[in-house]
Amino acid sequence: MPPRRVQGSTGGRITYSEEGRGLEDRSLVESIACPDCDLLQQVPSLMPGGKAACARCGRVIAKELGGARDRALPLAITAAVTLLVANTFPLMELHVVGRFASTTIAGGAYEMWAQGQRLTSVLVAFCALIAPVGYLSFVITLLLAARRAAMPGWCGEMLRWLGHLEVWSMLEVVMLGILVALVKIAQLATVDPGIGMYAFGATILLIPAIAVNLDRREMWRRVKWMDPEIPANPAADMAAPGK
Amino acid sequence: MMNPLRTARNSGLVACEVCRLVSRVASAEEAGFCRRCGEQLEVRRHASIEVTWSLLIAAAICYVPANLLPVLDTTTPQGTEGDTILGGVIFLYTSGSWPLALVVLIASVMIPLGKLISLAYLLISVQRGSAKGNRERTRLYRMVAFIGRWSMLDVFVDTFTVALVQLSPLMSVEPGFGVLFFAAVVVLTMLAAESFDPRLIWDGAESHEFSHG
Repeated sequence: MPPRRVQGSTGGRITYSEEGRGLEDRSLVESIACPDCDLLQQVPSLMPGGKAACARCGRVIAKELGGARDRALPLAITAAVTLLVANTFPLMELHVVGRFASTTIAGGAYEMWAQGQRLTSVLVAFCALIAPVGYLSFVITLLLAARRAAMPGWCGEMLRWLGHLEVWSMLEVVMLGILVALVKIAQLATVDPGIGMYAFGATILLIPAIAVNLDRREMWRRVKWMDPEIPANPAADMAAPGK
Repeated sequence: MMNPLRTARNSGLVACEVCRLVSRVASAEEAGFCRRCGEQLEVRRHASIEVTWSLLIAAAICYVPANLLPVLDTTTPQGTEGDTILGGVIFLYTSGSWPLALVVLIASVMIPLGKLISLAYLLISVQRGSAKGNRERTRLYRMVAFIGRWSMLDVFVDTFTVALVQLSPLMSVEPGFGVLFFAAVVVLTMLAAESFDPRLIWDGAESHEFSHG
């Protein structure tokens, strides 16, 4: 059967097959195809703190956070504060024969630009500053929006970007890079970690803690669909893990 | 014939790569768009093997100047001296901080090289339709995808060294062109890992099971 074209809020660019409607669709919503091996499975309801791994390749495909979900917002707000401090106060200070120099993350990227390595500078600015700031502000916005039962469509757009920002936000690598630079320069001059460094250290501990307590699957479940037609019949049993 | 294992593909379904919603699609070639998030649906990432190979080869080419060109140029009243990545590792080692030398060696030399080799191995094994060690190969892929970001280490080391050591005429450090190529290696291998579709590893096993089922 040829795909049907739907005219709607998305300008009719959504196509899907007619036969998928109805009987099977609702249980499809709850089934998971493993992102790594494509095995189709239905995840049983999990205990709080429980995880489900793919039966074939072992990838974690679902987790149940339970009450831990409530930790994400306070953690994210704390991380936003520490990140702000880490970016406004000097990360390290250098003293040599009466001269003094200090730097921040933005200062590092700026110096690379000033020295002619513009592409590298943009990359550093993105991975060390723009992506982490974007990631945290998206997480906070999403968590605030998630306090309501239904999440509007723009939350879906944010969730989509969240994945990309997470990959390119490299604060922990930046931290190690700064430490190595400190040791290298310490051979030539006296270097002291600044206030920014301690705030930075706190931020890189908070970010994985946020990621662990962030339930994206639950958010996707509540996001308003782009194609709002909800399938009619919520019955039926779809994908049982194979045999 | 018994259906061995139910995958999304052999059930006529496609999982959205963004929101993970599983949808029934009319045809595998033109799967349409995800009804929840609007993402274009694909049974397998489009031209995954070709795109991954191209990015990988580009990264391998950049790997050579990344290691041969200086990443830092140090100017003192005695003159200018260039430092390559390995030179930086040796400097850390001789100045007594061998643990850091090891960290930089692993992050800047071994991880990029390991990524190039691992991805090439995964691509070749998929192209040959291998059905062996699927779990291990998937685990290798996950490791490559997870660990890749750490090779950015040297780019950040150079950035903050340059930012701090600007004490001319006493001593100043400028970034060399090696940094640009090195950053290119990291970005290209990260993109290559993202464009590789791990489900292809398991497709080999499936066609195997079908042909022998």
